[in-house]
Amino acid sequence: MALQAIAFYLMSAVTLVAGFCVVSARNPVHSVLWLILAFFSAAGLFVLLGAEFLAMLLVVVYVGAVAVLFLFVVMMLDVDFTALRQGFAQYMPIGLLIAAFLAAEMILVATTVATKGAAKDNLTPMAAGSGSELSNAEAIGRVLYTDYVYFFQAAGLVLLVAMIGAIVLTLRHKPGVKRQVIMDQVLRTPKTGMRIVNPKPGEGISE
Amino acid sequence: MMVIGLAHYLSVAAILFTIGVFGIFVNRKNIIVILMSVELMLLAVNINLVAFSAYLGNVTGQIFAMFVLTVAAAEAAVGLAILVTFFRNRGDIAVDDASVMKG
Repeated sequence: MALQAIAFYLMSAVTLVAGFCVVSARNPVHSVLWLILAFFSAAGLFVLLGAEFLAMLLVVVYVGAVAVLFLFVVMMLDVDFTALRQGFAQYMPIGLLIAAFLAAEMILVATTVATKGAAKDNLTPMAAGSGSELSNAEAIGRVLYTDYVYFFQAAGLVLLVAMIGAIVLTLRHKPGVKRQVIMDQVLRTPKTGMRIVNPKPGEGISE
Repeated sequence: MMVIGLAHYLSVAAILFTIGVFGIFVNRKNIIVILMSVELMLLAVNINLVAFSAYLGNVTGQIFAMFVLTVAAAEAAVGLAILVTFFRNRGDIAVDDASVMKG
């Protein structure tokens, strides 16, 4: 139990510090790297809660895909980031004030929910599908592919639309680029592809 | 102190969400950091969902967290694509100049 407490405090502290560094780092590349650290330690929290599948999903999807996408975009755009930090000190006090109020309110609500809500009797995290010998991934799969199968399909559709949208937004046809057009090649016949000329002696062929 | 209850996880998620809101406040011009703050907020939501899922012994919360993850990934992809297009058109990414959304 003590080990779990130590692990919880360590990982939540790392998550929060990394999260704060994401929003306050001067260089956006550092922000992305802090974001990766925050996701990693949040995945550790998920493991602590018994949600191993989601923890691995977080590492693969967020660290492997989303954070690297951010990194690509930050490095690809040639932007003067110091100009973008104007107003940071100006908005800092009011931002801190509102953030402190928001955090205090949400923590109050959270403690109330935790001590008086439906989960008040459960003092430790339970394995998913408690009482059976199912692993976490199997428990998720049994619910996801039965009760939530349409939502699962809809999530796939969301990803498809996002993918098409991202491609459509960023695709750019440069004029003057020579490309292979398969259809033109296939539709070529001897008539269009060949020309018989009969040059007179001493003259060349002109196009 | 040694028993980690639901309130602990919910508090961490609340603070992380607040950090995300704070990041949007202070980085008003830098849309890349705003997008990262949104990701942090969605991560906080995921921690909330998974914590409730674990303490109630119900796997549905984790499934919902998966859908949140899906939407977050899609949002990041489309947001960054819009950002790249915006950068190509204008040469910088100062969002407070973007009052007209016509390309």
